[in-house]
Amino acid sequence: MNSFKAVFKRELKSYFATPLAYVFLVIFLFFSGYLTFKQGFYEMRQADMRTFFMNLPLLFVFMVPSVAMRLWAEERKVGSIELLFTLPITIRQAVLGKFFAAWLFLAIALALTFPMVITVCYLGDPDGGLIVTGYIGSILMAGGFLAIGCFFSAVSKNQVISFVLSVVACAVLVYAGMPTTMNYLSTFMPAGLVSAIGGMSFQGHFESIQKGVLEFKDLAYFVLIIVGWIAACTIVLDERKAS
Amino acid sequence: MIEVKGLRRSFGPVVAVDGISFDVEKGQVLGLLGPNGAGKTTAMRMLACFIRPDSGTASVCGYDILQNPIEVRRSLGYLAENSPAYPEMTVGGFLDFVCDVREIKGKARKSTLDRIVPTCSIESVYHQTIETLSKGYKRRVGLAQALIHDPDVLILDEPTDGLDPNQKFEVRKLIGKMAKDKCIIISTHILEEVEAICSRTIIIAKGKILVDSTPAKLKEEHQCNLDAVFRRITKANDSKGQKKG
Repeated sequence: MNSFKAVFKRELKSYFATPLAYVFLVIFLFFSGYLTFKQGFYEMRQADMRTFFMNLPLLFVFMVPSVAMRLWAEERKVGSIELLFTLPITIRQAVLGKFFAAWLFLAIALALTFPMVITVCYLGDPDGGLIVTGYIGSILMAGGFLAIGCFFSAVSKNQVISFVLSVVACAVLVYAGMPTTMNYLSTFMPAGLVSAIGGMSFQGHFESIQKGVLEFKDLAYFVLIIVGWIAACTIVLDERKAS
Repeated sequence: MIEVKGLRRSFGPVVAVDGISFDVEKGQVLGLLGPNGAGKTTAMRMLACFIRPDSGTASVCGYDILQNPIEVRRSLGYLAENSPAYPEMTVGGFLDFVCDVREIKGKARKSTLDRIVPTCSIESVYHQTIETLSKGYKRRVGLAQALIHDPDVLILDEPTDGLDPNQKFEVRKLIGKMAKDKCIIISTHILEEVEAICSRTIIIAKGKILVDSTPAKLKEEHQCNLDAVFRRITKANDSKGQKKG
């Protein structure tokens, strides 16, 4: 437990020790606000945060891998992985420590979008429950993307490669559930398969949480995605740490 | 305190360490010598549980490197080849992190840092980030990290690499001082260092142990200095390999 805490603390501090955290936060906050207002926040004439949450998957496809890419790739490139794994730390503790530190960092970024909430509350009388479930869904989705990014960061020593691979993987998982993709797939695939592909996508699960329904199947989906990719990351890291 | 039994590891077609076995007792300073690519670093990495052997095993302080890697790591101090560390951290922050992992807390942490920082002469760079340090200082921070929990077993991969002559002298003095109540393995290319601090030396080449002796005995047997002994033994091994091929 102590080793987990030590890794977690070090990792979280390291975000703020470099300009990375600040650059990320500024760009994330700018685009999350910009996209919301650009896509008709006022025109909807409704005091809710739907437009804000709607844009998050697309933003996360690029932003989360940029946080995740350094997690292991940098460690292997600098060689500090040899230090880390000759200290009394198990691979699982290290992977989880880093993952939760990055997840907390993303949660901080999401928390910093609070002016949106204030704006909506000022303009009208929004449904508080919807906003809370929207944030829960966003944090879970960030965790899912992060777990994918974490895995690809362990796959390659090169941060650019791990970034590109995780963007592609996240994008596939988001776009698989988009109506346009589903329509296209249904032209040559049986309906059962199309709905199975749709069910594997982030989009449907995120949307249903966002609507204010916290269903077991949606929560289980995100938990499974996170646990699965993190487990894969642990296995890959054990194999490749010294290569 | 260290028992190595038939340790073997290959990377693809290259056999880096080919079934080496040896024991090291408390009070011994073992110098691992060998040409580049002989397998010294791989052997040390296996002892520090960073990589797993293909076959064979070893035990450190009674803990098996395969069964109990965390206990092994807890009881040894390891300085890797390029003293890797986190470049964006300050020296103080880095040592704090190592203390966190090694569960050195409160008063014990303060007294540990008070002891280790002057021992490794890093007071002047304590608040500097590691990326701004020279190679010698990085090495000393690495050494501080390895010694911080006062381990019984020390594995140091080229501990004096990149240090100036004064620092080299200091580090050798430090190793000499610790030698009597610890078990130390160092790898080095500097043969005068072996003469100065090692009570035993193993020469390995192509992953195999060629000689296991003491520096004094080697000099006596071959009637020349260690440099010449090293060249003679490793070259003889080279030509033997070529004839076989």
